[in-house]
Amino acid sequence: MIFSNEHKTQHAQLKFNAQRTRLFCRGDWTLNGSKHLDRCLTKTIRHCPENCILDASQIQRMDTAGAWLLFQLQKQLQKKQPQCTLTGLKPAHSALLKLVHSKTPGQTSNNVPHQAPGLLENIGRQVWRKSLATIDFISFIGETTNSIFHSMLQPARIRWQAIWVTLAQAGVNALPIVGLMSFLIGIVLAYQGGTQLAQYGANIFIVDLVGITLLRELAPMLTAIMIAGRTGSAFTAQIGTMKINDEVDALRTMGIAPMELLVLPKLLALMIAMPLLCVFADITGVLGGMLIASLTLDVSFFEFLDRFQHAIALRHFIIGIGKAPIFAAIIVLIACYQGFRVQGGADSVGKQVTVSVVQSIFLVIVIDALFSILFNWAGI
Amino acid sequence: MTYETVISLRNIKTHFGEHCVHQNLNLDIHRSEVLALIGGSGTGKTTLLREMILLEYPQQGSIRVFDREILGMAEHQVRWLRERCGVMFQNGALFSSLTVLENVMIPLHEHSQLSEKTMREIAMLKIRLAGLERTAAYKYPAQLSGGMIKRAALARALALDPEILFLDEPSAGLDPIGAGALDQLILEIKRLLGLTIVLVTHDLDSLWTVTDRVAVLAEKKVVAVDSMQVLSGSQHPWIRQYLHGIRGIRFNEG
Ligand SMILES: Nc1ncnc2c1ncn2[C@@H]1O[C@H](COP(=O)(O)OP(=O)(O)O)[C@@H](O)[C@H]1O
Ligand SMILES: [Mg+2]
Repeated sequence: MIFSNEHKTQHAQLKFNAQRTRLFCRGDWTLNGSKHLDRCLTKTIRHCPENCILDASQIQRMDTAGAWLLFQLQKQLQKKQPQCTLTGLKPAHSALLKLVHSKTPGQTSNNVPHQAPGLLENIGRQVWRKSLATIDFISFIGETTNSIFHSMLQPARIRWQAIWVTLAQAGVNALPIVGLMSFLIGIVLAYQGGTQLAQYGANIFIVDLVGITLLRELAPMLTAIMIAGRTGSAFTAQIGTMKINDEVDALRTMGIAPMELLVLPKLLALMIAMPLLCVFADITGVLGGMLIASLTLDVSFFEFLDRFQHAIALRHFIIGIGKAPIFAAIIVLIACYQGFRVQGGADSVGKQVTVSVVQSIFLVIVIDALFSILFNWAGI
Repeated sequence: MTYETVISLRNIKTHFGEHCVHQNLNLDIHRSEVLALIGGSGTGKTTLLREMILLEYPQQGSIRVFDREILGMAEHQVRWLRERCGVMFQNGALFSSLTVLENVMIPLHEHSQLSEKTMREIAMLKIRLAGLERTAAYKYPAQLSGGMIKRAALARALALDPEILFLDEPSAGLDPIGAGALDQLILEIKRLLGLTIVLVTHDLDSLWTVTDRVAVLAEKKVVAVDSMQVLSGSQHPWIRQYLHGIRGIRFNEG
């Protein structure tokens, strides 16, 4: 291998002499010089006449890529005409060629590791995998419940430290974004509802509209979605990374149940934080609605709050707040479960985080719909 | 005997904040030699290696590779450097979402315009050159043992037929047999391809078997560069302790 600073790459070439008895290899048979050669190799072999001698004396530089190409050329020429010979190779290049020869297995059994499965097989595999995952998740919930009972029997083993940290990160730090989001939703609701109500001169009913929708449905659900994206993803990534680094196994060897340290504190903390966040979202959302009502619908703050007391039953608030811890449990359980499912490398973390967020948001919405049906049926 | 100098470091000064790692460090690396960097933990061996491949920049000094100053190089010239240097990181740094074969093909994709099939075959050649079986090429890094990961990383470092190979602690974390095999592999690759190899190692066996010269980092500079035979007679206190401590003693008996 000859290095030089300003060596201009001369493309590797194959040229016949005038009588077409010799095939000259020229130029740089290197990774960079071989791009044309690679393309015209098969054509040259096809057009090669009988009894042609392969002359490598004009090859200037060669690396293993070039040696591999020369080896292929020689092999295929010899397959066509066994008496074809290679001459003029420099000693250094010949050593490379020998190296390539020794590292190339005899028959190149072509490399499709296994066949792509058919449609039916795919469906079967998916169903099987999903069923296993579901069973897995159910047993994860069981394990968590089990460890909750254990902790209740031994309150000293509850990790208060971890709970505080999660409360701060998932609760307090989320206040601004949750508040802002809810405030904006309140504004949107009041605008859209207000235009309709104003047509009937029923401006004051904006209070009912904003109040009930926000308190009962939107505030808990949107908070849950925000927390799933913000905190659930972080939980999955944290546990997943710990799993890859064998930290989870390290905990086990030290006699610490990963469930106790990694899942329970998150679960408790978020089940406390979510209802509080939800109350905060209620307040900022109603503020947003109130602001728009006074600006565009001539409903003053005083009138708004006065009607709010009478029109909005306490149960709407209670139902909204009551859903929050359930959503929190869904988010934490899915996030932690997906975190523990991480295996292999970094890309697995990304995949499981996506699954975690999508699943928890989806499940939150499904459960919310179930609640609506249930409450409607019970007439609350 | 005269040597062609491939890398020359002059007056290198590196500090991270207040913490000074190198001060007036000088080192020449010769063509087709195996040079080892040794030194206590935290003496800046990895940092020096990273500076030679422009992953980190010293605050002062000059680094010439093939007689070109590489500090302050423009982006397209850095590419010139990258094509000539193969790097094997300490933990392999294989992309976990790709198979070994795909890992080795990445530099080929980036730097050559060969057809997909040819690239695949050349990558396979490098994998076999690094001493891995054909079946290992289709595995993901998570499915490989420590020794296989090192070999796969070596195959990727060799993908572009580099003229200089940088290895950071190649035998760390391997069992003695695996480490010995890797040493033999490095020797074989050097013999076959005539590479210049710069490696960081703590392994005394490796130092004795594969290196031509050893550079000792201490007191923020290179305090000695010489063959192991010469270094083992050195009076420098740290070198004496390193080579003649309890772990080094058997070499003197043997
Ligand atoms: N990015 C960095 N920021 C701050 N300090 C660093 C950084 N990289 C290395 N160091 C410091 O430089 C010193 C040398 O590190 P390193 O080159 O990794 O040592 P070695 O490989 O010889 O064990 C260490 O003290 C380390 O703390
Ligand atoms: Mg290091």
